[in-house]
Parts: sequence; structure tokens; C-alpha cells
Amino acid sequence: MPGMGLLLLKGMAVLGFISTSAMFLIWWERKVSALIQNRMGPMATGWHGSLQSVADSIKLLLKENIVPAGADKLIWWLAPFFVVFPSVSAFVTIPFSEKLVPRDLNVGILFVTSITSVCVLGIFMAGWGSNNKYSLLGGMRSAAQIISYEVPLLLSIVLVVMQTGTLSMVEIVRAQAHGWFLLRPHLALAFVIYLISATAEVNRVPFDIPEAESELGAGYHTEYSGMKFAMFFVAEYTNLFIISAVAATLFLGGWQGPLLPPVVWFLLKAYGIIFLLMWVRWTLPRVRMDQMMAFAWKVLTPVSLANLLLSGWLMLR
Amino acid sequence: MPDFIYVIFFLILGFVFVGSAFVVSWLLRPKPPENSVKNAPYECGEEVIGTSRVQFNVRYYLFALIFVIFDVEVLFVVPWAVSFRQMGSFAYLEMLIFIGILTLGLVYAWKKGALEWQ
Repeated sequence: MPGMGLLLLKGMAVLGFISTSAMFLIWWERKVSALIQNRMGPMATGWHGSLQSVADSIKLLLKENIVPAGADKLIWWLAPFFVVFPSVSAFVTIPFSEKLVPRDLNVGILFVTSITSVCVLGIFMAGWGSNNKYSLLGGMRSAAQIISYEVPLLLSIVLVVMQTGTLSMVEIVRAQAHGWFLLRPHLALAFVIYLISATAEVNRVPFDIPEAESELGAGYHTEYSGMKFAMFFVAEYTNLFIISAVAATLFLGGWQGPLLPPVVWFLLKAYGIIFLLMWVRWTLPRVRMDQMMAFAWKVLTPVSLANLLLSGWLMLR
Repeated sequence: MPDFIYVIFFLILGFVFVGSAFVVSWLLRPKPPENSVKNAPYECGEEVIGTSRVQFNVRYYLFALIFVIFDVEVLFVVPWAVSFRQMGSFAYLEMLIFIGILTLGLVYAWKKGALEWQ
């Protein structure tokens, strides 16, 4: 079939980007945390420890295989697949620039949000399959958290869809040619809601109770080691990139910007949001389970519903 | 090529990515004999007590039920949002009623204590 070679090339490019980005983000996160806590962070491997992630991935590649006794083997082995494949698939429609997008689906943003929420299946499979009490608790908490924050997340995306009248990511960026959506007050509120719910969706501090190392000892991936653990980490940091890329696309005008090439603008915006989330992670303490659920249902959901009606009214005026 | 070929290709690509990482790791890693102590599930270094598939809080089901209601609601809102510009104030009024009924449901769940975590 013609075009198959191009498709394969795009796939390889995405995989290359995912691996490099995950390794870079892990190193960067350690450096940012070190900066905030007044430490040096990794220094020994390469310039300022820049090869630390490469060394770590080689180490993880060479680790022996440990399957916990009594694990549900099929579910246990399938879990890393179900955690990683949604984050790889989401890249099919993320626009790095007007031309540099694997495929501009006409249901773009809906596809990204729906496929990335499949990740919760993988997390729960990991929790259930491990035969470990901590993992099961982590998996349960993660499922509850992800589904609760899904509602405000989608409602804040719907606001952007109302403005543009399209679900295609490329069209949404084009609609922001005369000003970012962030600059409109009701959409700025949607941006804040999106960022908070997205932080919860990817299980990051202050919403990291599924992993909570001090109470669950890593939660759903307690029992995973070696390459399987690496896959959970790749998925975590790829999801972090995806939520930031979607935020940049929906609210910050995607690839648009003066002077620099579009791709550079897009990456600057996406990694800028990632830096913000890292800053939040190393500044705020973890919330409690009841606080987190109450915040999703009693604050974010009513506020985003009200915001939906408000922006509808603003658009009709 | 149609869109769905891209989607299916990327879905498969995710599985291939993990699979190939596992195969490479399987080729390279040492394979020491099984060890029952090493394979024991982690429980703070103690011997495991009881089964790991413990009972969990019924609250999780309540939140899952509320989620289903609101997620289906968002599904209805998405097509409305796409064509909102063309439909105007009539569509807005309808959405007002729709969200009003949903808010009533949320208030009911709130008053009944379904949103409390204890």
C-alpha cells in the first residue's frame, strides 16, 4: 500500500521522541527538584549528570525478571502494555506544527482524552495482578481519582470546542491566530481547571496518593522491577508531556509565535507547562484522599458547569 | 489513507514498543534460578499476612456510579458544543435545562452524603 513507508517513518519518529523526551524529563525533574531543594542533583554521569537517564535505562534493561508469588500472571504482564499504549496512541493527532502532525483527526481532542483515560485500566490491572495489598490500594485510589477528575477535565475542554466549533487539534490552533484562548477570562478559568484536573489524571503531586511512597511504597507499581518498571516510568512522563502539549494546543496557541520556527514554539510552550507542573510538584504537600475527592466533586465540577453556562451566555451576547 | 488506519497503526505501535523492550531485556538480562524469598510480595519486609485481594471501601462504587452519570453527560455536551455557534439561543436554553437537571442530581448526591469520604 502506498504511504505505508511514511506511516512507518512517522511511527518511528514518535517512538524516538517518546523515549528521548521521557529520559530528558526524568533527568530534568531530578535537576529541578535539586534546584528547589538547594541540592546539586545528579552530577557524576556526563555533563551535570545529563547521561544519568541513559545509564539508568541500561541498568533497568539488564535487571533480572522478578514475578511476585501468587501474581495473576496474565494481567500482571499485560498491565505495562495497557499503561504505555494509550500514551503512544495519543501522539497520532498531537500537532507539533501545522505540517508536523502524524494525522489531523477530525475528532482529535476527543480521541486524545478518551485514549489517555484507557491508562486507568493498565494501572488497575497492575494493582490487581501484583498480589500486593499496597498495589491494590494504589490501583483502587488511582481509578477513583482518574475517573473523578475526568469530568472537570472534559468540561474545560468543551469550552474550547464551543469557541472553535471543531474537535480537530490543528483547527483549534488556527482559531487562535488572533490571540491565545488563555487571554479570555472564562477560558483562563477553564485553563486553570484543566491544569489541576490533568495533574490529577497523571497522578502527580499534590494528587499522587495512588503512589504515595510514604504510605503505599509506590502503590500500583510496587512489585514491578527492571524493564517493566521502566515502562511505567515512560508512560508517566509521556502522559505528562501529552497533558502539557494538549494545554499548549488548546489554550496557548500551539505552534504559533513570532521569529522562531513553529516546532520550537510548540516545544517551548509544552515544556514550559511541564516546568510549571514540576515546580508545583516540589513545592506542595500531598492532599488526603477525602480532600481530593471532595475537591473534584464539590469544587471543580460545579465550577466548570457554571463556567460552561457562563461562556455560552457570553458567546450569545 | 483513511484516518482509522493511522489510529490502528498507532494502537499497535504502542504494544510493539513495550513488546520489543521486553524482548531486548529478556535477551540481555541474567536468569538466576527461582527464589521463593525474593519472589515474595513486598509487605515492609515482613511475612505476608492473609490474602492480598482485600475488601475495599464501598465508596469507590458510589463515585464510579456518579462518574458514569457525568461522563455520559459530557458525551452529550460535546456534539452540542461543536454546533453551538450555528444553533444559538435555543440550544443554550436546552443546555440550561439539561445542566439544571444534572445539578439537581449532584445536589441530591451531595445532600445524601454520597460525596463524603469516610
